[in-house]
Amino acid sequence: MSDTAALANTGLAKLIFGRLSFESLPFHEPILIATFAGVCLGGLALVAGLTYFRLWGYLWKEWFTSVDHKKIGIMYMVLGLVMFLRGFADALMMRAQQAMAFNGSEGFLPAHHYDQVFTAHGVIMIFFVAMPFVTGLMNYIVPLQIGARDVSFPFLNNFSFWMTTGGAILVMISLFVGEFAKTGWLAYPPLSNLGYSPDVGVDYYIWALQVAGVGTTLSGINLIATIVKMRCPGMTMMKMPVFTWTSLCTNVLIVASFPVLTACLVLLSLDRYVGTNFFTNDLGGNPMMYVNLIWIWGHPEVYILVLPVFGVFSEVTSTFSGKKLFGYTSMVYATIVITILSYLVWLHHFFTMGSGASVNSFFGITTMIISIPTGAKIFNWLFTMYRGRIRFELPMMWTIAFMLTFVIGGMTGVLLAVPPADFVLHNSLFLIAHFHNVIIGGVVFGVFAAINFWFPKAFGFKLNRFWGLVSFWCWVPGFWLAFAPLYVLGLMGVTRRLRVFDDPSLQIWFVLAALGALLIAAGIGALLVQIAYSIWKRNELRDTTGDPWNARTLEWATSSPPPDYNFAFTPVVHDNDAWYDMKSRGYQRPLQGFKPIHMPKNTGAGIILSAFATALGFALIWYMWLFAAVCFTALVAGAIYHTFNYKRDFHIPVDQVINTEAERTKLLSAQVVS
Amino acid sequence: MSADAHASHGHDDAHGRGHDDGRDHGSFKSYMTGFILSVILTAIPFWLVMTGAIENKNWTIAIVVAFAMVQIVVHMIYFLHMNTTSDAGWTMMALIFTVIVVVIALSGSLWVMYHLNVNMMPVHDMRNMP
Repeated sequence: MSDTAALANTGLAKLIFGRLSFESLPFHEPILIATFAGVCLGGLALVAGLTYFRLWGYLWKEWFTSVDHKKIGIMYMVLGLVMFLRGFADALMMRAQQAMAFNGSEGFLPAHHYDQVFTAHGVIMIFFVAMPFVTGLMNYIVPLQIGARDVSFPFLNNFSFWMTTGGAILVMISLFVGEFAKTGWLAYPPLSNLGYSPDVGVDYYIWALQVAGVGTTLSGINLIATIVKMRCPGMTMMKMPVFTWTSLCTNVLIVASFPVLTACLVLLSLDRYVGTNFFTNDLGGNPMMYVNLIWIWGHPEVYILVLPVFGVFSEVTSTFSGKKLFGYTSMVYATIVITILSYLVWLHHFFTMGSGASVNSFFGITTMIISIPTGAKIFNWLFTMYRGRIRFELPMMWTIAFMLTFVIGGMTGVLLAVPPADFVLHNSLFLIAHFHNVIIGGVVFGVFAAINFWFPKAFGFKLNRFWGLVSFWCWVPGFWLAFAPLYVLGLMGVTRRLRVFDDPSLQIWFVLAALGALLIAAGIGALLVQIAYSIWKRNELRDTTGDPWNARTLEWATSSPPPDYNFAFTPVVHDNDAWYDMKSRGYQRPLQGFKPIHMPKNTGAGIILSAFATALGFALIWYMWLFAAVCFTALVAGAIYHTFNYKRDFHIPVDQVINTEAERTKLLSAQVVS
Repeated sequence: MSADAHASHGHDDAHGRGHDDGRDHGSFKSYMTGFILSVILTAIPFWLVMTGAIENKNWTIAIVVAFAMVQIVVHMIYFLHMNTTSDAGWTMMALIFTVIVVVIALSGSLWVMYHLNVNMMPVHDMRNMP
């Protein structure tokens, strides 16, 4: 072959494959190869299983293309759970590495791999675990709590879910094709600039977050519209359940802050792709602008995660204390105040970056102020429990564990809010312990409370109590064992993200933390067993009433699982705790007068469009310009084509409604007889 | 009880497609007013810049920015139909929230970045820290 032909060949290969080549696959990394083999085998088994049991059609028709908010909510939860396992695997690797790398040992992770692991852990846990979990909960619960039949824009909901999944898929691909960012979870420049991170890692980061960000923003818009526009008659704003209130505030935060993240990442990608100088060190760029901008998104983000679970705790506490929530109005106003204040504190993430005393003291004080509404919430929950008839079911146990854990995390947060203290503690393991204390103690415990609370609503049977208790008693002490040593180490001055250590006296703390992580691993295992065992024993755990906890809000007024249309008749609300009010006034289910129900129709457009978007992201990561152009064209054309789809709705025939409702009547009357 | 309420609500529950939204959809006249106003508000700054009618550059910039602000208000009133009553005040509420957030983010960023720039960028004298 002549030289010119070879040259033309590489030119063509470059046009098609961009930077992607065989060297991009990590053949030299035994850990990755083993993982890859495992994932391939597992994936093959899954595909084979689905094919053998002929489940592909079922999954496609009933789930992937579904616009039912309940199914989308469940899919979000599944996504969160799967990614949780991945993110936790990263955590275990870090704990093992840090426990080992003493006395001259290099541990088992080479530096460039370790750096990817801690970056991926942060990105996955925030964007693809915590976000899907809270979005999934809001998706499932909010329409039921406000007596609606679906969200405002059902198709958009499906599309949002698949965009989030697309982002998660890009992160997962980075494990085996190329590499992930080695920059830490916020990818600060100048490290994330092309000069210092020439590889695909940061590009994976950017496009995974951009694709997922579209989904998050759209689902925020969707849920705001749903809550504002689709409440059932009688449900004024101040009669909304607290979970719906916190969801509303969360989604307002999403819509107001995610565009900032998008803009920030666009500027970073312009720096990387077309050579602009927004965040470079020279030519007028300023990397500190990135830090400022990304925390304007980043601080509201932590409230986006925690506000919905505050709502969960409110519902759980009042249900299992058998009382109206103490201080409903103050709870609502505390939520609104937190929403506003969360925009006024971002600088506390970079006190040490060189602002003067005036800036630092302003942001220090606003940060301390934000603990006031949060503290008010804690007292409201305590007063709700006071003289209540508390039932220590699993959701309530998680709530109490939350209160004990979160208060400590909140206090270390106020400690870090003092700028002089922050100068000592910033970037240390104390900070790591603090934010895991509030995110695990708040968001994760809240999600577990929510899963145990609403699982019977979603699937029609309760989760097994024994395995739930095992999980609980592994998780809560496991959390403290894993993170209390980090507080100690942080106070001794150990910084975050270290791979090897010189001082052998520190090792014992890291070993303790690793043992804590193992205990948490047992807790996660117990959770999986709990779910599997409950599915196995589902007939014994069956909930036929639709209201297994004697709960208070509207979602418990319908059957478990709810019919596709949620409510045969739109409920009418007269009081807070609408369902409790209906029960105490001797509410009778209407048994006749059913009508056909107008519902949105399933569509495959969401999954197809986000597949194009994900492929576009992949193409841009690898500089496959031709493929990128094709994907982009397909994306735009597909979106336009979908606007011509006029068959978006149908009516559930009245016979079907009558049958479904008769079925429920039979179940309920069987309940009364036995 | 709930049956009656349902009957009056027809079939738009799952979609929120009801058209009793109380929104101002604008008229030909309001659109024309908005259009003419925004043309004027665009033309004057252009004229200022192209002809250099005002000697002082800073004044020109200030006036152009002022016109831009008025332009935003005109767009919101005539094209986005912003008023205090539409959608039971929700649009106004959203606007106020947006303005608060934008003001916080912009002014805060300017303040913070001014500090960082003065204190941290090369060649500076620590004695004059703000």
